[in-house]
Parts: sequence; C-alpha cells; structure tokens
Amino acid sequence: MAIPIIYNVRSVKARWTSTIVAVAGIAGTVGVFIAMLSLARGFRATLVSSGSEDNALITRAGATSEMTSGVSIDSVKIIQDAPGIARGANGPLVTPEAVLMAPIPLLSTGTDANVELRGVSPNVFAIRRNIKIIDGRMFQPGLSELVVGKNAKATYSGLTLGSTIGLGSARWQVVGIFDAGGSAFDSEVWGDAHLLNGAYNRPDNLSQSVTVHLASPAALQQLKDSLTADPRLNVDVTREIDYYSKQSTRMTQLITILGGFVALIMAIGAVFGALNTMYSAVAERGREIATMRALGFGGPAVVFSFLIEALLISFIGGAIGAACVLPLNGLTTSTMNFQTFSNLAFAFKITPELLVKGIVFALTMGLIGGLLPAVRAASGPVASALREL
Amino acid sequence: MKFSRLVLANLFRKKVRLILTIGSFAIALVLFTFLAVVKSAFSRGTEIAGADRLVVVSRIGLMQLMPISYRDKILAIPGVKAVTHNHWFGGVYQDEKNFFPQFVIDPENQRQVMTELVVPDDQWNNFVKDRMGAIAGARTAARFHWKIGDRIPIKTTLYGGGSSEFNLDGIYHSERPGGDESQFWLQWKYFDENAPAPVKSTAGWYVVKLDSPDDAVRVAKAIDEKFANSSFETKSETESAFAAYFVKQFGNIELLILTIGSVVFFTLLLVTGNTMAISVRERTSELAVLKAIGFSGRAVLFFVLAESVIIALVGGFLGLALAYLTIPVIGLALTGLLPPLILSKSLLTLGLGFALLVGAASGLLPGIGAMRMRVVNALRRV
Repeated sequence: MAIPIIYNVRSVKARWTSTIVAVAGIAGTVGVFIAMLSLARGFRATLVSSGSEDNALITRAGATSEMTSGVSIDSVKIIQDAPGIARGANGPLVTPEAVLMAPIPLLSTGTDANVELRGVSPNVFAIRRNIKIIDGRMFQPGLSELVVGKNAKATYSGLTLGSTIGLGSARWQVVGIFDAGGSAFDSEVWGDAHLLNGAYNRPDNLSQSVTVHLASPAALQQLKDSLTADPRLNVDVTREIDYYSKQSTRMTQLITILGGFVALIMAIGAVFGALNTMYSAVAERGREIATMRALGFGGPAVVFSFLIEALLISFIGGAIGAACVLPLNGLTTSTMNFQTFSNLAFAFKITPELLVKGIVFALTMGLIGGLLPAVRAASGPVASALREL
Repeated sequence: MKFSRLVLANLFRKKVRLILTIGSFAIALVLFTFLAVVKSAFSRGTEIAGADRLVVVSRIGLMQLMPISYRDKILAIPGVKAVTHNHWFGGVYQDEKNFFPQFVIDPENQRQVMTELVVPDDQWNNFVKDRMGAIAGARTAARFHWKIGDRIPIKTTLYGGGSSEFNLDGIYHSERPGGDESQFWLQWKYFDENAPAPVKSTAGWYVVKLDSPDDAVRVAKAIDEKFANSSFETKSETESAFAAYFVKQFGNIELLILTIGSVVFFTLLLVTGNTMAISVRERTSELAVLKAIGFSGRAVLFFVLAESVIIALVGGFLGLALAYLTIPVIGLALTGLLPPLILSKSLLTLGLGFALLVGAASGLLPGIGAMRMRVVNALRRV
C-alpha cells in the first residue's frame, strides 16, 4: 500500500526552514544552468540567423572571416557572370562588400566599442531578403548616408535617425533604420561601399567579400564548381548560413565550457544540500516513520514516499529557478565576437525545451539527493525507533 | 585546550551531516575560486599592462594602417624612449581551432619596448638573421609541442595569401607573472617584402616606451596632436586603457560572475546556517545542562562557534585543494579561448578568509540563541 502524497506535502510544509535550503540550492543551480545555456544559444542563434540558405558568401581562399579576406574588382566581374546566381531587374544579385570597423561609444558606458561598418551595393535588400527598412529610407548611392541596424541604434550613441556622425574622414547622415530579425546585421552600420572605402583610405578596387543570391539553394554546388575551377580566381564559396554558424563557434564554446563547469559544481553542491535536508527530515521523523511501518506500510512504500518528497522539493526548486531566469528571455546584451573583434548584440534565448531541461536537471538532483535518505528511512529496526525518545 | 574533546565529540555526533556540510563548503569554495580566476583572466590585459607604455592606433578604426614614417616622428617627441610597430597577422596553423595571436614585429626595437618578454640572446640573434624566422611564446610552444628548429606552416590570408613555413628560432617567456605567453612573432622584413601595395611600408599599431609613466598623458596628447588633420590621425592611450577597451566589450561578464558568486554565497550561508541551527536545536537540553552546571553563556557560544568555524576551515581547505587540482584541467579545455587561468596566493587567502567569515556568521545566530536561552525553559522541554 502506498503512503498518501498529502503526507509528504504536509511534512514539507511543516519543515519549511530546512526545505528552503534545499529549494534555494536547487533553484540557484537550475537558474545558472538555464541562463548559461540560453546565453550560448542566443549568441549562436544571432549568428546563425544572419545567414540564409539561398545566399553564398565568397571570400579569398583560406580566409577565416570577412576581416581577413579580400576580393579584387576583377574577380567580382568574373563572379557576376558565374552560373547559379539569381538575376534581378538590374542584373545579377551580387553585393561586393567592404567590411570595416569604427570605434563608436556605447550608450551604456560611454566607452568606445568596435562597430562593424559594411559598405554594400544598393541592391542589397534584394539579396538579403529578410532585412527591411523599418524607419526612414535606404541610403542613396553616392551620398554620405548611412542605414543603421536596430540593435546598433539602441546600443551605440549618435546613431538615431537624422543624426550625423563622423566616420573615417567624412561626415555621414543616418537616413534609415533596418531590422534584420535579431541577426548579427542588426549590430551593423551600412553605407555606400565606394564612399566608405574613400573615407578610410582603402583601395576601391578591393572588397572584403561578395555575397550573392542563389537561383535556388541547390545552385550552390554549381556556383562553387564554376568559381573554384576558374584559374583566374582564388576564392572560397560558402553557404552564408554555414559561414555564420562557424563564426559563433569560439564564443559558444567558451560560454558552454564555463557555464557547464559552473553548473556541474553547483549541482554537486545542491545535491549535498538536498541530502542534508532529506537526512535531517528522516532523522527528525524517526518515530513517525517507525509508526507508519508498524501500521503495515512496507519498506518500498516508505522509500517511494521519501523519494516523492525529495522530488517534490527539487521540482519546486527547479520551477523557482526557471521562473527567476525567465525574465532574461529576450534581454539584449552585447559582447565582442572573437572571430571578428567587433561588437555584437544578442539576446538571451530561453526556449520551452530549455526550461524542461532545467526541471529534469532539478529532478535528477532530487533523485540523487533523496535516494540514500529514503533507503535509510526504510531500514533499521522498528521497535528500537519507537522506543527512542 | 581543555574543551577540545567536547567540541570534537559534538562535531562527530552526526557523521553524515558533518561530511555533507564540509562538502558543501568545499564545493562553494571551488566555485568561488573558479569564478575569481575566470574574472581575472578576462581582465588580465589590464592587470599586466605596462604603465610606461602607450599604444598608438589609427583614430578611425582598429584595423586601419598607419605609415611607417610615424615611427621616427614619434621617437622625436620628448619623453619617448623607444618605439616599435606591429601588424596583426591573421594566419591559421593547421586548423582555425588552433588560434593564437600572430604579430609581425620589428626586431630592431621589440626588445627595447617589450622588456618583460625575454628571449635568450643566441635565439634572438638567430631570429634577427632569419627572414623566415619566428619566435613563439612558451605557452603556445608547449601547446603544440614545438621545439626550436621546427618548421611551422602558417596559412596566411590577410596579406598575399598562400601558406608559408616559418622556422622556430626562439621561445620567449614573460618575466611578469601572468604575462601573455601565447603570441607568435614574425619578421617585419619578410612581411613587408610580400605585402601588397596598400600594406607596404605601414604599421598596424605602434607601441611607445616612455621615459617615465608620469609622462603618459602628455606624450599621448603630443602624439595625437602631431598627426591631427593629417590623412592618418592617431589615437594614443596607455596600454592598460587599450586593454580595458577590449575587456569592456566583453560586456557584462563581470556582472554575470558577481551575480553567480552572490547566489552561491547566499545558498552556502543558508546551508550551513541551517545545519548549525538544527544541530543546536537538537542539543537544547544538553546545552542547558552545560549552563546549569556552571558554564557561562559565553562558553556555550564559544562551543557552537568553534564547531562551525572548524567545519568552515576544513571545508575551505578541502575546496581550495580541489580547486588547485581542477582549475588547470578546465584551463586546458579553454586554451585559445581565454588567457591562462592563474590561481594566485592572494586568491587562496581570500578564499580561506571567505570560508572563515561564512563559518563564523552561520554559527553566530544559533550560538547567540544558545547563549541567551534560559536554563529552566530549556530543561522543561521534552
């Protein structure tokens, strides 16, 4: 026969001071666990969502990022005529881009951060189709005008619509704000590639990368074959989404290792806390337990009952921990991306799946912490326990 | 001490609880130490920066190049002792995962400016003569098991392209504890010969050694004024300010670490405080007997405090020992991602002090309760 669960609920309530310890330990652990994972996921999601299935990024062969790449204007001309590239009203959908970095003060601290400046061609929105102007308009080719990602506008000072800012040797007016759906582009500032090159004393016949819109996702192979076989070119062709997911590896790895270690250590601590609470629960209730066993509840029923109690405590802890970090969801923070040295805004991303993982983690801790005390409760002679004062 | 047996006997009254409480302490200290070590690794750059050095970069952006002629112009400014220049060489060794910073250095001035990075003279002389020479930091050399004389293939992409093999002529060590021993140095001459036209005769950044750290602000201003309104304006700041610029961009790492730290601290206080409270509660009648036979309230407080402090100390030592063993392992997993994790003596002391504080604090409340309790009431309780 099973011991009613209401017994456990009541005893948790009766011993709430020692229960709180176990609950707090588990809540803290689960909170850290979820926060760290959501940070890593948010960072990764930001970069991965920057890439698109139908776009290909062309860089110099062997370049690890756009920063270390260069594609000459002669190569761009060859690339434009390659097979597999979609065509728009004004010719092939190709944007040769200049990637630069400019120090712009952060709104939060007033200190400079490296902002990625991207010189793009005017047809860029036909290539990166998930990016839209949400305020103002696109810059006019040949004018010192900028469009700014929505995170860049919110993170750096002086990038609001209509303001002017000195970048390189020129002054620029912000004429539009664009929304890139939370991707890395949202942290960028875009302008006319030729003018940006001029303002930064860069040769105008060299782009950092070329992004093309593919006729279909499957056309990548065709384009790749044609470009890599061409003896005049020395380039790598990568699907845009692959390029960006690779960009996220080092930071994601760092957060995962650090967060994983911290959560592991905290889990051991929380299991200790749970063990302590459950052992004292068992010890304080020696007579109670002996009475139940004298009444005819078997050993397994007692073990089961105490396990339920441990799981109940850990579930409450896990739920509190998850609830405490839930407000982090969507919170935008920024960090430096190791691979490009530029500043990148990203949001904590707490998915239901992550919450479930957190609760499972809590229940596991409760199970480990409750098993030994439960076994102790069920063993030991009934008579002597009843005789104890 | 004559009461030590009583304290010990009380300690071992519940062995499982004793072990668990000591364990919680140890775990919390491992975590505390780990977080402190990681935090210091993030801000290492600012801690080890030379106070008597300035970094000069282009005003318009970090990746912008400056003319090499600035070297002599900077050298002419009073208060400047030496100037060296660097380029970032974004090469890849075997795989992108094997990241380490590669700098193109100026052999003539490197050792005058970066005085704390030491290379034995014979190795240095070989390097200076060798166009394809390279010097690696001790940490990077150990990471890839390089020996002097090895040929190191580096895929270069930033300038030129293709793959080059460099001869490892020397290994440098940092005399300053915690210094960066992960860099890989290449010859400026080789680099300049192969650089494409826009990169030829340029410097990525300059490092300036000053006569005295007190001159830093004045010299930085003088340098920036000298190049103001030219087509290559500069931004000069102390090495530590330059490093802080990167650290700040990591965002709220510090806040994150402090938050986790305080969650742990709070939880730990709860665990031990609760354990002490339980064990005092269980012993109410015993403590009342002690008081009844003539022990003062203070003596009873002392017994309780001694118990919690001993638990804290043992747990603390255990935790520090564990941290000492595990941190190098986790540091290894983070190679290439973070500067080395260094467990300093002051950190160990701080950890132990922290354990003592928590131990004393958690014993204090139940101890005071026991000190104040009235013998009659306590004995009347069944």
